[in-house]
This record gives sequence, C-alpha cells and structure tokens, in this order.
Amino acid sequence: MVLYNLPYVAVVVLTIIGLGTIVLKQNLIKIFLGIMILESAVNLFLVSLGYREGGIAPIYTNAPDRVMVLPTPQALTLTSIVIGVATTALLLSFAIIIWKKYGSIEIGFLRRLKE
Amino acid sequence: MIPAFVVENSPALMIIVPFVAAFIAPFAGRAKPAVRALVVGGAMAITSAITLLLASDVYAHGTRLYVFGAQAATLAVPQDSGGIPVRIMFTVDPMSALMLVITAIAAFAVVIYSLTSERHHSGLGSYYTLFLLMVTGILGMVATGDIFNFFVFLEILSIASAGLIAFRIDGGVAVEAAIKYFVLSTIGALAILVAIGIYYGEYNALNMALIAQRMQFTLLDQLALVLIIAALAMKCGAVPMHFWTPDAYSMAPSSITALLVVASQASLYGLFRTVFSLYNITLNAACVGWLIIILGVLSMVVGVTMAIPQKNVKRLMAYHAVSQTGYMLLGVGVGLAVLDNQPLLEAFGYMAMEGGIFHIINHAMYKGLLFLTAGAIFFRIGTYDLNKMGGLGHSMKWTMVFFIIGALAIAGIPPFNGFASKLMIYESVFVFNPVLSVIAMVVSILTLASFVKVFHSIFMGPVLPEYKDVREVPGPMLAGMGILALVVIVFGLFPSLVVETLVAPAAHALADQGMYIAAVIGGGA
Repeated sequence: MVLYNLPYVAVVVLTIIGLGTIVLKQNLIKIFLGIMILESAVNLFLVSLGYREGGIAPIYTNAPDRVMVLPTPQALTLTSIVIGVATTALLLSFAIIIWKKYGSIEIGFLRRLKE
Repeated sequence: MIPAFVVENSPALMIIVPFVAAFIAPFAGRAKPAVRALVVGGAMAITSAITLLLASDVYAHGTRLYVFGAQAATLAVPQDSGGIPVRIMFTVDPMSALMLVITAIAAFAVVIYSLTSERHHSGLGSYYTLFLLMVTGILGMVATGDIFNFFVFLEILSIASAGLIAFRIDGGVAVEAAIKYFVLSTIGALAILVAIGIYYGEYNALNMALIAQRMQFTLLDQLALVLIIAALAMKCGAVPMHFWTPDAYSMAPSSITALLVVASQASLYGLFRTVFSLYNITLNAACVGWLIIILGVLSMVVGVTMAIPQKNVKRLMAYHAVSQTGYMLLGVGVGLAVLDNQPLLEAFGYMAMEGGIFHIINHAMYKGLLFLTAGAIFFRIGTYDLNKMGGLGHSMKWTMVFFIIGALAIAGIPPFNGFASKLMIYESVFVFNPVLSVIAMVVSILTLASFVKVFHSIFMGPVLPEYKDVREVPGPMLAGMGILALVVIVFGLFPSLVVETLVAPAAHALADQGMYIAAVIGGGA
C-alpha cells in the first residue's frame, strides 16, 4: 500500500520543496528552479494517475492481451513538459535581462516598481 | 455570400488564422514593414469577422460544437465510443459567444491602434507574433469545451502576455513586472493542472460536459474547485491576489494593456464556467456564491481606494480595473448564491448575473478605451506621471473626448454603458442584500471622483510650455479608440436591446448546466 502510493508521497514532497524554494529563496534562478520542481511534481502526479500495476505501454499494434497503462495522462504530461520548457526559457531570459540591467539577480534589488 | 466552408469551420478558423499569421508576421516584416502591417491587420480583420460570424450563428441557432478530427464537426459522441465524447472539441455556447464578441471588437481596435502607435519601435516582428498569440489564447480559452485544452490556451496566453509586458524593457522595470506576473500565472496554471488531474483521476474525462454530468462534489472535487478558483481569481486580478495587476498593466505597452484587460476577462470567464457549468448546483451554492461576492466586494473597495492616491495614470487605471472586476464578481456571485433557489433566481438572480456579465463586455470596452487614451497621451508627451501633465485639452481634443467617454462610462454616468450594467447590479443586489448595493454605489462615486481629478490634471489648465508643440495623435490611433468609444455609446443608448440579444442568453446558458451537458452528450441532437 505504501509502495503503491509512493509516487503520490513524492508528489507532495516535491510540491513542498518547490513552493518552499519559491517563497524562501532570494535568488531569481533559484526561484525559477523552484517553479521547475513544482512542474515536475505536477507531471509526476499526472503520470502516476495513469499508471496501472503491471501495465504495459499502451501501443495497440501487436500488444499482448494485458493491462495497459492509461495513454491520456501521458499525453497530458508530454504537453505539460513542452509548456514547461517554454516557461523556463522565458523565465531564464528574464533573468538574463535583469542581470544585464541591474548587475544582480537577488530579489532585494528588484524594488524599483515599489516606489 | 459567405462560403459554407467558412461557416462550418469557423471555430477552427478563428484559432488557425491568428496562429498562422503570428508566425508569418516576422517574415513579412523582413520584406517591408508595410507588408507586416498588412498581414497583421488583415489577419486580425479576418479573425474578428469569423469570430463575429460564429457568435451571431450561436445566438441564432444555439450552442455550436466543433469536434476536431471527427467525421462531422458536430459528432461529439462517436458510435463506437460507448457514449463518451473522446475527442477534443470546442463548445461555443452563448456565454462563450459573448466573450468572442468582446475579444473580436477589442483586439481589432487594438491592432488598428498599435499599427500606428508602435511604428517607431524596434522588434515589431516579435511584438505582433506575441500579440496574435495572445488573441489565439483568449479565443481558445473562451471557446474550448475540453478542460485540458483550456489549460493549454491559458498557458499560450500567459507566455505571450509575459513576453509583451516585458517588451519595453524600460531599464529592467518592465521585466520585473513580467517576472511577477509570470511566476504567479505559472503557479496558478500548475494549480489548474493539478485540478485537471484530479478530475481525470475521478471521472476519466477531460471533456467539461462529461465531467459536469459525472460531478459528485466529493472532497477531492472541493479541493479542485479551490485550486481553480484561487488560480483564476488571481489571473483576473481579484483582491487579495491583485498585486501583479498594477505593475503588469502599467509596464506593458498601452495597446497591450487594453488586450490584457480582455485576457483577465477570459480568466473570469473560466472561473464562471467552472463554477456554473462544471459544478452548478452540486456545490454549496450559497457558500461559494458568498465567497465570490466577498472577493468582489474586497476587489471593489481595495481597488478604488488604492487607485485614488496613484500618480501614474496607468497604475491608477489598473487599480480601477481591479475595482471594476469586483462588480462582475459581485453580480455573478449573487446569481450563484441563489442558484439552487428557483424563485429567487427568477426574482433577481438572473438580473444580477446579467448585470455582471453585461459589465464584463462594458468593462472591456471602456477600460480598453481608457488605456488607449493613456497610450495616446504617452505617445505625444512621453510620460505617465500625472504631476507632469496639464493643459493637453487644448491640443489633443479627440483624445480628450474619448477620455471623457471612458471616464464617464467607468463611473456609471448615463447615458454610457457602465451606467446600464451598474444599474442592473445595484437593483438586483439591493434585493439580495442592501449593504452590498450601497458599497457598490459608494465605490462608483469614488471612481467618479478619482477620474474627475485625473481629467483635470491631464487636460485642464493653461497650455504648459513644454507641451506647446504637442499635436493630436495620428488618425489610425483615433480610429482604434473611436471603435471602442462607439461601442460604449451604442451600448449605453440601447442597453435593453444589448441585454436581450447578447447578455440574457449568456446568463441563462451559464446558469443552465443541463443545456450545456445536453449540447455535448446528447449527441448534438
């Protein structure tokens, strides 16, 4: 039972690590890493939803007559990973501009909007 | 007159046209900027035309389905699928159609405006790519009938918006605003994805109608509901998750801000769609209704009080946008609170919902107009600082007229459209709870006070020496503002016509979950 739920435990742990990183860290790159960890948590959650114990890959041609894992969550995860790449790329390019303009990527320097 | 192919495939075409044009635009710009202007303007005109065509068709003939990859576009449930809609589909009901109308009008006005206002800036190839992707995202979000598809379009919209908010780097300040917006929307989108995972795990479905039919409102569903409400309320800028709004709205180019308003409304649509179409009466309507009402009242009050001391005209308008979003949440929240009580719903619930939904379309028009006038002022004098402005009424007469129209509409003065929708909200909410109605009126008065001040400091007074040579903005920018101003006036003069033809069907479609499900599961029959 514990073993079966292990992915979900991992999801919770990753979520906590991710959120903690986003909230507590001062460095922009580390905050972005936190977001990526959070993304991995969600992806893991989606994939574990579709897992069936002892299931095989859901490829119908010539498949033996056995339980298959669900294909849809895998498709969702794939899409989500692609979106995650775009997100990360954009965030990192923001970090580059901030570094060029301010000479630092610590959050403490990002206070010009506050006035 | 219009080919049957276009009518039949309009839901797909309205996504494909801006999406393809988005990636043609940079190459067209290589040849000549005029070619790019032609491509972008033409694509947007075609998109708006198709969108309006689709919307009018939905209003005339009821909910339209568009099933991707099926033998027939309306074949939601294939014969061999055992009664389950397996394909990705667009479900365009009157509520979606209303959002389509808003997007079509606003995006078209914005594109006309920005073809001139952005002419002298660099990097326009990517500007229009992101702009058209934003339009694609908004249209997809409001049209889709598949909840994962909703997430994908939401992310397209977020990424494109974040890129555009940071577009004028502005010494790094605009990038700060974009980081704030994008970190929040990514976390929000992940929350929505978790909710989608929960739905899939429970109901084996991603189709909204099928989830709605199977909805049990278990503990997990409540968790998913909380995740979705939190994420989408943040995306539409409701207090207490509004803090990205003033930064993002003020740092984005003005034409983009006008579109960001529409993008916020699309998130609001997602919120209403989830609450009404997915859950409807299975949830504790009074409880969630009051939650939305409280979000609304907080947004109204906090938004307007934060707006009054602002010195930057766009930050001020952004706080007013937060405040106006509160009206929509209030109106629709009241409708939701009495959803399980048919007599009360008939008595004032529908009217409150109609008021809230009418305010969505009105807000997109007058707020877009106001942001465009702020952009016009910036175009000529290069500052948003209210203390540095003055006496512009002498030289920028048309901009002043458009600003007055927008300001009076947002303050709810007749005969402009803001009055029509606010009156509906006041009247119906007063029956529900007089205190809420009084708060709404006070907020409206404060809004008026704030805009009188802004109007005075921008346009009144003697001509300042440094702005002696300021001229009116070019014609196309005035045309963009003029479209929105025209809509504001027409909607204000004929509110009952608009409510009957556009808004009431939308409100009823939203409240009637059975119709939404039947349109899909009933095989389109």
